[in-house]
Amino acid sequence: MTAARSPAFGAPRPAAGRARRRLLRWGVPLLVFAAVAVAGPVLVPYDPVTVRLADRLAPPGTLLPDGPRAWLGTDQVGKDLTAQILQGARISLVVGLTTVLASGAFGLAAGVAAGYRGGPFDAVLMRLADLQLAFPSILLAILIAAVLGRSVANVIITLSVTRWVTFARIARAQSLVVKEREFVGAALAIGADALRIVRRHIAPFAVPPLVVVATVELGLVILAEASLSFLGLGTTPAHPSWGLIIADGRDYLTTGWWISTIPGLVLSLVVVTVGQFGDALRDYLDPRAVAG
Amino acid sequence: MSSYLGGRLVYALFVLWGSLTIVFVAVRIVPGDPAQMMIGASGTQQDVEALRHRLGLDRPLGAQYARYLAGAVRLDFGQSLRLEEPAVQAVGERLPATALLSGSAMVLAVAAGLPLGIAAAIRLRSAVDYLVSVASLLGQSVPNFWLGIMFILVFARWLRWLPSAGIGGVQHLVLPALTLALLLIGVLTRLVRSGLLEVAGEDYVRSAYAKGLTRRAVIARHAIPNVLIPVVTVVGLQLGNLLAGAVIVETVFAWPGAGRLLVDAIGNRDYPVVQVAVLCITAGFILINLLVDVSYAYLDPRIRYR
Repeated sequence: MTAARSPAFGAPRPAAGRARRRLLRWGVPLLVFAAVAVAGPVLVPYDPVTVRLADRLAPPGTLLPDGPRAWLGTDQVGKDLTAQILQGARISLVVGLTTVLASGAFGLAAGVAAGYRGGPFDAVLMRLADLQLAFPSILLAILIAAVLGRSVANVIITLSVTRWVTFARIARAQSLVVKEREFVGAALAIGADALRIVRRHIAPFAVPPLVVVATVELGLVILAEASLSFLGLGTTPAHPSWGLIIADGRDYLTTGWWISTIPGLVLSLVVVTVGQFGDALRDYLDPRAVAG
Repeated sequence: MSSYLGGRLVYALFVLWGSLTIVFVAVRIVPGDPAQMMIGASGTQQDVEALRHRLGLDRPLGAQYARYLAGAVRLDFGQSLRLEEPAVQAVGERLPATALLSGSAMVLAVAAGLPLGIAAAIRLRSAVDYLVSVASLLGQSVPNFWLGIMFILVFARWLRWLPSAGIGGVQHLVLPALTLALLLIGVLTRLVRSGLLEVAGEDYVRSAYAKGLTRRAVIARHAIPNVLIPVVTVVGLQLGNLLAGAVIVETVFAWPGAGRLLVDAIGNRDYPVVQVAVLCITAGFILINLLVDVSYAYLDPRIRYR
């Protein structure tokens, strides 16, 4: 981008409109998904864990004897699949958002502190990060989850531990750049202490890039949760996550293909949408990085 | 070059030591008593004490760690708690199956990813390019365990073309290898496409055309060699994910490899086997990254290590 070709100062960027439209195109479905997940119990008035053996393995669209229609079918013990998928959506959303917030907050604090401080603290933290990256993250998650046992809280802990590194590295890089800026020197000169400088002058610059990373990570975390639950290391049957429903459906592929198929489709759709939204957000916030 | 290699080797050993330590800490950080957890509710207090002694958990932590590291050097991680053999042997027997699966997936990914990426770059914004983009996006978003189940549903249950489980001839390998490879095919395709587009405007590409080379020759001899470095890096990095993905794919297809053993061992609370399986996969990952670093020097004569 040369000076001659850049638009007049303050003029709208030609690409900005496109980036904004793309942001909306993927952001709106994402909001709809979140709203449906939250409002699930109101939309589908069945208990997702109620067993009704008489209605087992009903294909999608079946009109059940006692009135309601099972739009997405029922599973091997007669639980309504629509209700289960909505319940699974809530679990995915809770695990995804909590994990991203927890690992993002920790990564921000650790990364900014390491970048500002430097020295042995920085060296130890970054070696630890390198070490953790030497582990395939899903493998580390399997190891931790196996030790902690199954529960929604443990999945969140496990995935937070495996995900903080990305946030910390970016926060550290940002902090290294920002701490050389003049306003940091000015703040030092008027007597601000390190904590104040980090919190008020450096951290705010590290947040925007982390928000973009967080969106991309959200999709990865939702996938990782589903994988752990599929392996029997995630949520318990009392909280049927998508991974768990897919795993249960494996034994009924011949008699009830929809049990594994439909939750996987929904999961894939959500991950694609989150990923595209993350890309759109990055392009919107940083128009120079638009991919060709 | 040799001092560079020495440095990489020392670093690889450091990472290996770190992984050993992470596994050591992870297994012991558990709230409560690991011996109690392994035995479960059915065991008596006596059983728990006996197991704790057998695993050395009744010693101070420092002594446990020293013994653990000393054992690791001799590749001795103790006896499996469920199988009647040492943990190392149990995992070792399963490693060839995992290597076969991951290796096939890797070959498949490179064999498909390179041509698809080139095709997409040559026919930019064509139907081919669009299809390849969508497919590679899906390859990166669709969970591999679900994809495997869908393959079983379509090709094993409905069409009855291929077996759905176990190990045997090539027909047993097709579905799991394809499932495992798909993510990497997507990554490689995008990488090759964007890499080619990046070098397309370089002077040396123009010069090659100017001296009368065909497009095929320009791409094969001038463009591709310059795209290979990031490709090799990513293949190396992705191999770790491939090995980890094998854990899941082996579970889906009942493939008798180290990954499935790991999942079974977790279910059985067979911690010695869990340790060895995790360490084997990590060691494989470290080794591959070391090889990737070394291969740069051969791929790019401009890189000289001092």
